[in-house]
Order: sequence, then structure tokens, then C-alpha cells
Amino acid sequence: MDTTEIIVLLGGVALIAFVLWYFFAGEGVRAAAGLTAVGAQRLRVLVKGGYTPDVIVVKRGAPVELDFYRDETNSCTEQIVFGDFGISRMLPAFKTTRINFTPERAGTFTFNCGMNMVRGKLIVED
Amino acid sequence: MSATITKEPVNDDASGNMLTNAADDAIDARQVASPGADASTEADANSLGRVDLSLTGMTCNACARRIERRLTNAAGVRSASVNFATARARVEYDAGATGAASLIGTIEEIGYGASDAAEEGAAEREQEATRAEQTQLRRRFIVAAVLSAPVLLVAMSHGRVAAFNVYWINWAQLALTLPVIFYSGWPFYQGAWTALKHRAADMNTLIATGTGAAFIYSLVVTVAPGLVAAEEHSATMPGMNGVGAMRVAPVYFEAASVIIALILLGRLLEARARGKTSEAIKRLMGLQPRTARVVREGGREVDLPIEEVVVGDVVIVRPGEKIPVDGVVTEGASAVNEAMLTGESMPVEKSAGAQVIGATINGTGSFKFRATKIGRETVLQQIVRMVEQAQGQRAPIARLADVVSGYFTPVVICVAIAAFVVWFIAAPLESRLSYALVSFVSVLIIACPCALGLATPTAVMVGTGRGAEHGVLVKGGEALETAHRLTTIVLDKTGTITKGQPAVTDVLTAAGFEEDELLRLAASAERGSEHPLGEAIVRRASERGLALADVSAFNALAGHGVEAQVGGRRVVLGNLKLMTDGGVELKELQERAEALTEAGRTIVYVAVDGAAAGVVAVADEIKADSREAVGALRGLGLEVVMMTGDSRRTASAVARAVGIERVLAEVLPEGKAAEVKKLQAEGKRVAMVGDGINDAPALAAADIGIAIGTGTDVAIEASDITLIRGSLGGVVTAIALSRQTIKVIRQNLFWAFVYNTLGIPLAAGALYPFTGWLLSPVVASAAMALSSVSVVANSLRLRRFKL
Repeated sequence: MDTTEIIVLLGGVALIAFVLWYFFAGEGVRAAAGLTAVGAQRLRVLVKGGYTPDVIVVKRGAPVELDFYRDETNSCTEQIVFGDFGISRMLPAFKTTRINFTPERAGTFTFNCGMNMVRGKLIVED
Repeated sequence: MSATITKEPVNDDASGNMLTNAADDAIDARQVASPGADASTEADANSLGRVDLSLTGMTCNACARRIERRLTNAAGVRSASVNFATARARVEYDAGATGAASLIGTIEEIGYGASDAAEEGAAEREQEATRAEQTQLRRRFIVAAVLSAPVLLVAMSHGRVAAFNVYWINWAQLALTLPVIFYSGWPFYQGAWTALKHRAADMNTLIATGTGAAFIYSLVVTVAPGLVAAEEHSATMPGMNGVGAMRVAPVYFEAASVIIALILLGRLLEARARGKTSEAIKRLMGLQPRTARVVREGGREVDLPIEEVVVGDVVIVRPGEKIPVDGVVTEGASAVNEAMLTGESMPVEKSAGAQVIGATINGTGSFKFRATKIGRETVLQQIVRMVEQAQGQRAPIARLADVVSGYFTPVVICVAIAAFVVWFIAAPLESRLSYALVSFVSVLIIACPCALGLATPTAVMVGTGRGAEHGVLVKGGEALETAHRLTTIVLDKTGTITKGQPAVTDVLTAAGFEEDELLRLAASAERGSEHPLGEAIVRRASERGLALADVSAFNALAGHGVEAQVGGRRVVLGNLKLMTDGGVELKELQERAEALTEAGRTIVYVAVDGAAAGVVAVADEIKADSREAVGALRGLGLEVVMMTGDSRRTASAVARAVGIERVLAEVLPEGKAAEVKKLQAEGKRVAMVGDGINDAPALAAADIGIAIGTGTDVAIEASDITLIRGSLGGVVTAIALSRQTIKVIRQNLFWAFVYNTLGIPLAAGALYPFTGWLLSPVVASAAMALSSVSVVANSLRLRRFKL
């Protein structure tokens, strides 16, 4: 093994570690849902290449209303799935689609596009 | 809350009781900056914003005033006006103080629904944007195809064509490739960048990394050959471009540009095919009429936009016109073609009292009807919503695919890097960079999980759309999947197997009585009756055109029958007990009546002036195609069970007539769900078919609840499967369709998985040590484009599914 090969090997391993860290361990834009008078937790989420915010913090036990506005036609984001809540909805382009549910369990959950490439996190706090 | 979102102050209204969601408005401001959204002034602080809101839930003008008051009092609002008739609110406000989202929140807090009216055109805007994208896509593809062809030619010559062995050949290739990268391929890089910012990796990431690597490497070789050429000696790569004698490292411009061209081609074909998958829903939406001719005050006839029709309006329908909303015919008669919603090919006769469904087409008659359902409540809109939802739902079968694809892209990038490293170390010194690069690019390109992602949604979309065209509405992927695994179908009797409306089947007369005379007397006595049996007798008499006589001394004998004076004769109608108690001699009449009871009929004895006059037999008629449908269900290998609250004798008679062996009779309405659970306890997967109103708990208890529609009263959203047309044939269609759809999904998933699991190791060069095979990036991109197209094409086969 010559020097170049060693460099390539080490570089490759480092790059793999970076890729895994970057895509799986990263934290995104965080936002807590606001409260409406009737006690629902409401938040608007912009859908364009990803979710903004993509970390949503809500309280356990109170109804959550998330308004997803999809500002693109890119088919990657046409569907949204909250797997842990059994919710899956199409998001028509340039339209707000409301997702309702009540988290009964605290913890960190994910929501994602139909192909699970675009992702967000839902943090349910006690 | 993060700093990125909280740029604007929290908006609160005077009552301090409002949406305290700053993120809300921050995004709102970004949203209105997007093309097409109106109220573009909203983003400027302190300037006037205006928004039209579309309202729901208002029942009267007082509601409108209430909303108006509430809006006017909200912080930042300058003026608000609410129009009850059009269900619209127009609000002018300080853009710096509030926004559309807060206003919607304000309205929702007092119990009404609101949405931005500008978003209502979203469907059209989406269509327009999609069309523009298509044109763009085609243009990008043409540029890529034309420019990559000569590059590919140079690459494939492998230095054997003398004309290409000129010193500027790499520069020429670079010139041809630049527009392909920066124009045709630009959306990939842009998409990859947005995804990267969100710490996500998608197909764009793979394509951008793959082509980008090939391009940058080739660029370096071209511009600064000294950097790489030192180690590279006339590499001859499988399928690659070695510029032989020139002793310069090979370039891979063709990999970059041909990949882009082929993937664009794939997208183009895929987009075209995907457009077809949603054709059914588009056709349904296209059915929505735009205007209605309404009779307003003073008998004036006005043409109104459909949004302005309100419940209670009398609507006029002329020959050949589309019926605008749902309602009940008040005047006139016609035959209506309901095929577009129910799949029923024969026109349906409508006269006063009949229900008409919006979007169906009137035949040659004309009539007036009173609107009973408008807007979102109409059958058409319910269908559209259900189909939309269904197509957005995933089947559980796709869950594995979901889990896989979530980790897929980053893992693929890692595999590609690993392949690069391994090749770089293992390959001979002079060509190690070429091998490493080729496998790196191929792995990235072949791994695009498009086919996997398209496998389920396209099939569900085509399948549910196909069903909707024939009046079979499936709630979504999950319902489809459960439906294909059913073992037992439980049919409710009344209204499901039978028409749910008793009709006279037989009239027996005693000596000295004519059939018509008997019917006339019986119907006259029953003319004021609200009992279903009485109604059946009156209906039969009017069908025969018999003129009913006036009655006096009418007396209903609860639970037994009625008596009345008809034209001086005393007529008694009732059951056997009433006759024997009254001392009426029935003689052989009783025997003949018994035979009818055996056949499931309900018997009404008629006595005139104390003597037996005859018998009228009434039964709930069996729907014309029930027997055929039961046969077809059994043909599909399903056990068919009938459930009813009727007596065992009546039930068995109906069951015999339609060919059902297992009967659950005398089941109380509240016991139906328990019976379904008992069947499930036997290990069966049960579908319950009923009208969805009386047997809602049983429908919910079953694995699949199938509601059979009756006109406009169908509760579409409440059941797993809804049959718009009231025929049992729809059950057969639904199950056959679900089986076929699931079959197609399985095929799709199988091929997509096989393709990705075999493709990646192949591209990484796993077979090279044994066979010398190494996939060229160009072949990888062709395969990848082909895989998505083939999956969509397979799903489209469902469009031709015979129902």
C-alpha cells in the first residue's frame, strides 16, 4: 500500500463517518407549536425541499394541528407520513393541508415524505 | 422556539386569547412571497394586506355577523366583511400586525372553518406548474440528448477513430458537456443542495454526486492534465474512454452528460405515465358543474355560479343538462344518466320525491328539484375527497419499503465511497483512479430508489381510481390490502340483499272477489296508513291505476291490523289472530296463505263485512343481481353469510332464493357487531356489508365495513369501502379489484427490490473478480430510468382491469 492509497483509505473512512453523522445524527430547525384558545397546538410548516421547521416540539395529550404548506411541485414531497400515528396524507402543491392528531405518548417520533427521504422530527414532551 | 423562526413579534389580539404562534406568521410571510399567492403586500410591515377567506360551518346570517364582529375586533384588522350567501370573508389588515393564518385561527376559535380562498385555485395552479415543468423537462432533455450524443460517440471509439485523436478532443467534450451540466442537469444540483441543507439525501443527491464527481474529475484532467496524468497510463477501461497513445488520463464527460440525458428521459416517461395514474380523480373533479339555474324570489329564474346555490333552493334542470347539486325532485320527471358516479349503465327514472345526485346528466325530460346538499357535502365532493385520501394512503405492504428507503440514500453514498476506496487499493496502479471512479459513479446512479417509492402509490392510485369510476370507493391502501385477504362476507338482508322496501307479491282471492276489487278495498282502508305493509298495498293499487274510495271510521288495531268503512262496506285487514278473533271463516284460504309464509312472505288477511275476501302477500323484494353476486363471491372462494333481524323462516326463504347457506337470523340490531366478532373468533376475516346507517357498529367491528349506498344519503367517509350503486355486484368488484391491485403491488415491490439489491453489488464490481463485469455508469443510468418506467407501466395495467 503506497501513501496515496493510505490517504484514500483514511479519507474514505472519514467521509463515510461524516455522511452517516450528517444525515442521521443532525439536528434541524426547531420550533414549538403555539397554543390556540381551544388548547390545540398549532404550527405551520413550510414544505420545500424539506420541512421548515423540521423539529417540532409539542406537549403530550393536547390535540396537535400541523398546517403543511407545500410550496413546490417536486414530487419528492407530495406525501407526508407520520408513521407512529398512522397518518399518511397527500400534500397538494401550493396548498395548506392540515394534519390533526393527539400524541398520547411522550418521546421522539419522525415524520417523513412518502419515500422517507425528506424527514422531520416530532418531539412530544410531558 | 428557534431564532430562525422567531423573526417577527408574537401577534396577540386584544382579548389576549389568540394564536400566540410567531412561527406561524414567519412562514406565512415566506409563503406569500411565492408566485401566485395573493396579498403580496403582506410581507411589508405596516402596509395594508387583504385576504379573501372561504368559510364553512355558517348556518344563518347571524353566524356571518358573529364572524364579522370577531374579525373586526381582532388585532391588526382594519375592516372585515362576511358574505353569508357566498360564504366568503374579505379582511383588510395591517400586514405588520397579523396575517392570513392568524385570521383563520380567529375564525376557527369560534367554531367555524376558514381557508385562504386564493388557495382554492391551488389545483389549477398545480396543474399549470406541472405543465410548465413538463415543457421545461422536455427542453432540458432535448439539449442533453443532442449534446451528449457526440460525447458518447467519442467515448465509445476508445481511441480507435483517428479523427478523434486530436489534442483538443477533451476540450471539445468539455464544451459539449458544460450546457448539459449547467442547464439540463441544473435541477438535480439545485434539488440536492436544498435537501442537503435539510440534512436529507434524496434521488437528486445521488444523481448530483455521481455526475458531479465524473464531471469534476474530467474537468481536472482536461484543464490540468499534469495533476492526474502522472500515474495514469493509457488506461483502457471497459466501456470507458481511453485516449490511448496520448498518455493522458481518460475523461468521463460522457458519464456525466449521458446519465443526465437518460435520467431526464426516464423522468419524462415517468411523468407521462404518472399523469395517467391520476386520470380517474381528474375526471371525477371535471364532472363538477359550474352553474345552476335557480328559482329565486318572485319566480325569477337566474343562472348562478354553483358556489352561490344554498340548501333549499329550487333548481331547474332542462333536457341534457348536468344536475348541479344533490337534491329531491319536486316537479316533473325524467330519466337520469348516473353512470359517471355509480357505473350503472341504464338511465334511472326520476319523478317527484326521487333523489338526484349532482354531476349526473339529465335525459330528455325536465324537472325541478330542491337542493338538499351543496358544496363539500355533495356526493361528488365526498367521492373526490375519499379518492384523494385513498390515493394518499399507504398500504401496510409498503412499510418495509418505507423503512428501507429511509436509510437507503445515505447508506448508498457510503457503499459508493467504500467501492471507490476498495478499487483504488485493489486495482493496478496505472488505472486505479479510473476503476474507482467508475464504480463510485455507477453505484450512486443505479441505486436511485425511484422504483421502490413508486411501487405502491401508483398501484393504489390506479386501483382506487378504477374502482371509483364504477361506483366502488375504497378508503385506501390499508382497506385494499385487508380486502384481498377476506375469507367471509356477511350480508345484511334488508336493504342489502333485498331492496329494503316491502312490495306486494301475491294477491289471493276468496270466491266472489276480483283481484282488483280486493286491492282497491284493501288500499282504500290503508290509504292513511304509515305502516310499511299498508304503504306497499297502496303503492300496488296506484300502480294498477285503481281509484281509491273515501273511508270513514278508520281504526288502527295496534299490532294486528286496521279496520275501516269503505263505501258502506266494513273492511278489516290484519293477521291471522285478528281474523280468528273476529270469527272470520278462512277455510282453504289459510292453507294457501301458509304456503306463502313458508316462502318468506308476510301475509295480510282481508275480510269484508265479516267474511274472508282474500289475502295480500307482501315481501321485501330481492335485488335483481343479488343471486348472481352471491354466486360470484362464492366463486372467489369466499364464505357468504346472511345476517338479519327477521324471523328464521323469512330469512331462510331469502337465503335459499339467493343461494346462501349460512344464515344468522333474529339478530337484534345491537347484536350484529357481536355476531361479527363471533365469526372473527372462528378465525375468519370478515367483511360486513350493510347500509351503513343501522348497522354502523357491525361495519366498524368487521375487518372491512362495506356500505351500500342509497341515493345521496351515503356515509362515504364512515366505511372502508362504499358502493355508490346499491347493488351487491359492487362487493364482487371491490374484492376482485383489491386482489388484483395487491398482486400488482407485490410484482412492483419484487422487481424494485430485486433491481436495487442486485444492481448495487453489480455496479460496485462485486462480479468483476469472477466474470470481469463492471457496469458502466451509462448502462447504470439506463437501467435506473427503465426501472421506474416499468413499475409505473405495470401499475397502469390496472386501468384495463375488467369490472
